[in-house]
Amino acid sequence: MNKILIVGEHDGKTLNPATAKCVTCAKAIPDAEISVVLLGADTKAIAAQAAALNGVNHVLCVDRPENQHPLAAIFAPQLVALAADYSHLFGPSTSFGKDLMPRVAALMGVTQVSDLMAVEGAYKFRRPTYAGNAIVTVEADSSKKLVATVRVASFEAAPSGGSAQIESKSVTASLPTHTRYVGAKSGSTDRPDLQTARRVVSGGRALGSAENFKLLFSLADKMGAAVGASRAAVDAGYAANEMQVGQTGKIISPEIYVAIGISGAIQHLTGIKDARTIVAINKDAEAPIFEVADVGLVGDLFQIVPELEKLIAK
Amino acid sequence: MQKILVCIKRVVDYNVRIRVKPDGSGVMLDGVKMSVNPFDEIALEEALRIKERYGNVEVVAVSIGVPDTQQQLRTALAMGADRAILVQTDKAVEPLSAAQTFLAVAKKENPDLIFLGKQAIDDDANQTAQMLAALWDRPQATYASKVELSMGKGQVTREVDSGLETIEVDLPAVISVDLRLNEPRYVKLPDIMKAKKKPLESTTFEALGVSVGTYLKTVKTEPPPQRQKGVMVKDVAELVDVLKKKGLI
Ligand SMILES: Cc1cc2nc3c(=O)[nH]c(=O)nc-3n(C[C@H](O)[C@H](O)[C@H](O)COP(=O)(O)OP(=O)(O)OC[C@H]3O[C@@H](n4cnc5c(N)ncnc54)[C@H](O)[C@@H]3O)c2cc1C
Ligand SMILES: Nc1ncnc2c1ncn2[C@@H]1O[C@H](COP(=O)(O)O)[C@@H](O)[C@H]1O
Repeated sequence: MNKILIVGEHDGKTLNPATAKCVTCAKAIPDAEISVVLLGADTKAIAAQAAALNGVNHVLCVDRPENQHPLAAIFAPQLVALAADYSHLFGPSTSFGKDLMPRVAALMGVTQVSDLMAVEGAYKFRRPTYAGNAIVTVEADSSKKLVATVRVASFEAAPSGGSAQIESKSVTASLPTHTRYVGAKSGSTDRPDLQTARRVVSGGRALGSAENFKLLFSLADKMGAAVGASRAAVDAGYAANEMQVGQTGKIISPEIYVAIGISGAIQHLTGIKDARTIVAINKDAEAPIFEVADVGLVGDLFQIVPELEKLIAK
Repeated sequence: MQKILVCIKRVVDYNVRIRVKPDGSGVMLDGVKMSVNPFDEIALEEALRIKERYGNVEVVAVSIGVPDTQQQLRTALAMGADRAILVQTDKAVEPLSAAQTFLAVAKKENPDLIFLGKQAIDDDANQTAQMLAALWDRPQATYASKVELSMGKGQVTREVDSGLETIEVDLPAVISVDLRLNEPRYVKLPDIMKAKKKPLESTTFEALGVSVGTYLKTVKTEPPPQRQKGVMVKDVAELVDVLKKKGLI
């Protein structure tokens, strides 16, 4: 049997949807028994959400005040202690999982498979390299524990309907004091979350200012879409950093992605390879974005976007 | 603050269009332009700015790679690093082995800070900094977009999915840098000349006492599935029409 421990991601109140995607990935491992572990100050409410995911057998809660904030240096030794009972340790390829999992792997002296996108066997996986331009199939040593991050855009969320056992765990591990949480600033909005949204409207350098980005917010509101941005738009201060889509931003898989005034650099395209339909609006008919777009429209965004918003509203 | 190590990886330049070999054995590297990993330039720039602010700080560029990696280390020296160390190998080095190697260098050099890129744009692993911090038993501050130092501590603002997060770490610490930390300086010709005289030491895994393993076997390399070329529409009305037919709006 393959015993898989998934490190659940949460914000203290709700389980991040990335966790449900890790469950789907874990289900693809032959003969899998799946547990989700939650580290936090008080994870009771979140545990119920994890237990409801179809395919999860056990939910472990490690509640202690030091776990209030997700610091890799604090979480990693606890996960190493828990890992003894498991063959596989999975975390999401989110900033949380990418920060944490390699620290866990190194403490155990094993390697990590990053951004697992397909399961070909219990120790054989596919993952993207070179900004998604070369997909490699890798095989790990089955005599060692396997640590991986799961590329969440490659998997659907596990449905609900499960009823896993919830167990509270105490872990003996000495925790460092060299790393301390200071604070966070999030651009929380009431718009859909970029990483899970079914529709995304995204803008590039062509928008020219933060003020002009409001055009996109307005269109997105009509469509019920989240708003993304290219690196150029973020670097120029037109959009917040958490809106960046691409190799070094978010990797997303919406049903529709509308790229507006974005040229389509490979680093940007990496982030949208899994979008079902890509719509491109660009004044340059030669822009590389049109090579991957399902629907393209050549023209000036400052004319097109307001018109589009009007027609959609009808 | 006395010494900063910066890890500099030689990678295929980010402008190169990557082609997979037809036999699936890897990507084509012959005659392809190689550069310093873009994140590592940002890492070095940050170290140099700290040096300029504090004075009397030695910045050491470290790399693991083929003999030609000297070119990238010379670039680092031209940017302003004081000296460079090349751990020479012909093998592809996985993040765990890279971290073990950097640990051995850190134990010799005793730096106050080690800067790395958040990810190498070839393997896209995003692991080495975290692994090095774990093995060194020191703090990690990944995806840094702002670094402030004072009294043996560092305040680091990190780019996370929900926005920005700030943590405080005791030094020595490992910091991995994100794109918005700074804009790396351009190298000027006189600096390239000066860099030729700066020390570049070559060493080996054996000399450092590291044994390098292969943990992941790459079975095959394939190009990604290509998207079908789509349709061009002539105006907004037609666009809305197409999207409505697809049930997307
Ligand atoms: C290591 C590394 C990592 C990177 N990671 C990312 C990443 O994660 N995400 C990312 O996006 N980029 C990333 N980049 C940057 C990437 O290479 C490009 O520079 C960036 O994506 C360009 O953004 P853009 O398309 O908005 O700007 P540009 O390339 O300048 O394109 C602007 C486009 O707008 C069009 N345009 C101009 N005016 C109008 C108008 N009025 N109406 C309609 N169209 C108009 C132009 O024709 C052009 O095609 C990375 C780069 C590096 C080196
Ligand atoms: N062979 C290497 N030589 C120098 N630096 C490296 C090497 N491998 C990894 N690094 C450093 O580790 C960072 C992250 O790499 P990776 O974990 O492979 O994505 C890079 O940006 C470099 O700073």
